[in-house]
Amino acid sequence: MGRRVGLEVSLACAEAVKLCNADVIAAYPITPQTHIVEHLAELVAEGHLDAEFVPVESEHSAMSACVGSAAAGARTFTSTSSQGLALMHEILFITSSLRLPIVMAVANRSLSAPISIWNDHSDIMAERDIGWVQTFAENGQEVLDLMIHAFKVGEDPRVNLPVAVNMDGFILTHVIEPMVMPDQAEVDAYLPPYKPSQWLNPAQPISLGMVGVPEVYTEAKKANLVALEDSYPAIVEHWEGFAKAFGRSYQPIESHRTDGADTLFVTMGSLGETCMSAVDQMREDGRSVGQVRIRLWRPFPVDDFLAAIKGAKNLIVLDRALCPGILAGPVATELRALLYAKGVRPFVANFVAGLGGRDVTRTDFVAMLDKAEQAAADGQEITCQMVGVKE
Amino acid sequence: MISAAEALKDFQKITPKNIPLVEPFSKGHRACQGCGEVLALRLVAKAVGMDMIAVSATGCMEIISSPYPQTAWEVPWIHVAFENAAAVASGVEASRKALIRKGRIKDDGAKVVAFAGDGGTADIGIQALSGALERGHDFTYVCLDNEAYMNTGIQRSSSTPYGAMTTTSPPGPKSRGQMTWKKNMPMIAAAHNIPYVATASPAWHIDLMNKVKKAVTVPGPAYVHIYSPCPTGWRCGPEVSIETARKVVQSRVFPLYEVIDGRFVLSRDIKKPIPVKEYLDTQRRFRHLGEKDIAYIQKRVDDDWARLLSLVQATNPVAAE
Ligand SMILES: Cc1ncc(C[n+]2csc(CCOP(=O)(O)OP(=O)(O)O)c2C)c(N)n1
Ligand code: SF4
Ligand SMILES: [Mg+2]
Repeated sequence: MGRRVGLEVSLACAEAVKLCNADVIAAYPITPQTHIVEHLAELVAEGHLDAEFVPVESEHSAMSACVGSAAAGARTFTSTSSQGLALMHEILFITSSLRLPIVMAVANRSLSAPISIWNDHSDIMAERDIGWVQTFAENGQEVLDLMIHAFKVGEDPRVNLPVAVNMDGFILTHVIEPMVMPDQAEVDAYLPPYKPSQWLNPAQPISLGMVGVPEVYTEAKKANLVALEDSYPAIVEHWEGFAKAFGRSYQPIESHRTDGADTLFVTMGSLGETCMSAVDQMREDGRSVGQVRIRLWRPFPVDDFLAAIKGAKNLIVLDRALCPGILAGPVATELRALLYAKGVRPFVANFVAGLGGRDVTRTDFVAMLDKAEQAAADGQEITCQMVGVKE
Repeated sequence: MISAAEALKDFQKITPKNIPLVEPFSKGHRACQGCGEVLALRLVAKAVGMDMIAVSATGCMEIISSPYPQTAWEVPWIHVAFENAAAVASGVEASRKALIRKGRIKDDGAKVVAFAGDGGTADIGIQALSGALERGHDFTYVCLDNEAYMNTGIQRSSSTPYGAMTTTSPPGPKSRGQMTWKKNMPMIAAAHNIPYVATASPAWHIDLMNKVKKAVTVPGPAYVHIYSPCPTGWRCGPEVSIETARKVVQSRVFPLYEVIDGRFVLSRDIKKPIPVKEYLDTQRRFRHLGEKDIAYIQKRVDDDWARLLSLVQATNPVAAE
């Protein structure tokens, strides 16, 4: 069952694309995504992966070429980051609306200005509403596994949607980690070749991307909405299948030491691992604290989240991006709205941490817990509070 | 890859006797009366045939052909956005290449053809086009040039000719209308050293269809630039579309030529040109122009023609008498 390797996470991501036997890769380089596409170009050049590598002249064209490729029936991959994702913006919505199961690895990075190549979630948070399935990895093994899962989910005839796998730039992409690399035969058994139900086939012509007059536009958008909502069972089912096939299991929301905890951290991405070890230490110190990690960001797993935070008095929601003008980070904004609608009212403290590659340490988590407990006791608000900002 | 000339060695010409009867682009679309762009599109589609996979940029032709749930396309067709027809087409081509190689689809010989207006080509789409031409995808790109952004209400593009009135180049005391010279898109395409480039006018419909047929026959990228009268945007009657399309060539304003493997070939040597004024007079978008403007246009048209002739001579050393 697979073999243990030590591998840079970017290369593992590329190896996953190879294991999934992608037919077309169209991509444009941007730090910190570069190693992913460089390695794919090499795999194609060496003949290890039988695919067309299209070295497009921009990310806008990367996503556009991916749309053409997937519409013509190929298993299609791209990867980008930051400004590149922002440049794709226009086409990302079209991709999901046309129901094309493209897989994209997003090496999460901050947005300019000031220009910064380092990690946060500004890029993907600006693309929350693109209608894609979106997952977050916390380590290299998860990147590898979520990539394989992404193709499986996107191509499921019940889903037919693009999937973005988020991995923190540098913190994950450029780190060499131990992981289990699955065997080709295992992946082949899990992920059969892509069989689209329809494609740009002269023998059976279809028109894709037509004009939506007011009489049909609302219905078309409703259908997109329902498609993303309805992808949930397939996502979970394919994680269960993944656990059976590969022995590693994933859930939409994952909990760490939540039992009986008064306060729960809510994290996404690689910060989750730092948080986990901070929680372990704080538990040892007698603090009543736990953690929930959002693995599936879209469609948001509402019931799983509510079940995971059940009984908690306080939530500390970490954001790695800003929503200027509304004084809460994007994750906190969403979770507060959700909790309000569901009539669940824990105290929600919202911190913004790790912008543009700023380190977030275990000590920072202890300080956040201290502040949140104090504010909850005093009935004070904490929202969009920046961790470690030099005033 | 074989050269365009080699690929065209046994080229079977379309003649008035064997005009293809197929209509990959069917009637019942919603273009304006006398629309030269949709006529050009129909001729292109006939020349390519039923094994076309069409990619459209946003613009008049996309809008008038696809009001869901109706479509004028009898062949596979995709529209994604305004500026990316060439990029989408390169994805379609790459996809088919991979799938055919891997034995997942059969090689049905389908031709990938991208369509865009002058705006979608010369302005917002030029980057994607340049990238796709440079990468050498096996596809044909057709620019349907009606010399403005018509779909959004007649705004100027870089392909709008000097002096033309549009809604964003209105003539007035401080303006003559469009104040810049038309961007030479076919030359830009030719500068990519692709196997085949051609210009065409629907007034010479057989010539147009033959050029399209050649474009899809040569391996690698091909570019066809078609002058496409727009009565609505040019302020002329629908009945003068073809007349305009003829006069633009006869006045040397829009020369018809091919560039085959870098060799320039005149399709029509206009030995006795009509004055440009005669062409300009067919459209009310030029009616504010005075003698000085027209003299300026005439001079530049003459210069451009001379430059084209010198390219023909330079690239045809044997044929030069
Ligand atoms: C990114 C973007 N910018 C602007 C538009 C608005 N728009 C749609 S079609 C069009 C003009 C099309 O002009 P052209 O390419 O010349 O085609 P025509 O309609 O003249 O045939 C414009 C400006 C758009 N759809 N997308
Ligand atoms: S506006 Fe012009 S190009 Fe557009 S459909 Fe009408 S005539 Fe044709
Ligand atoms: Mg136009």
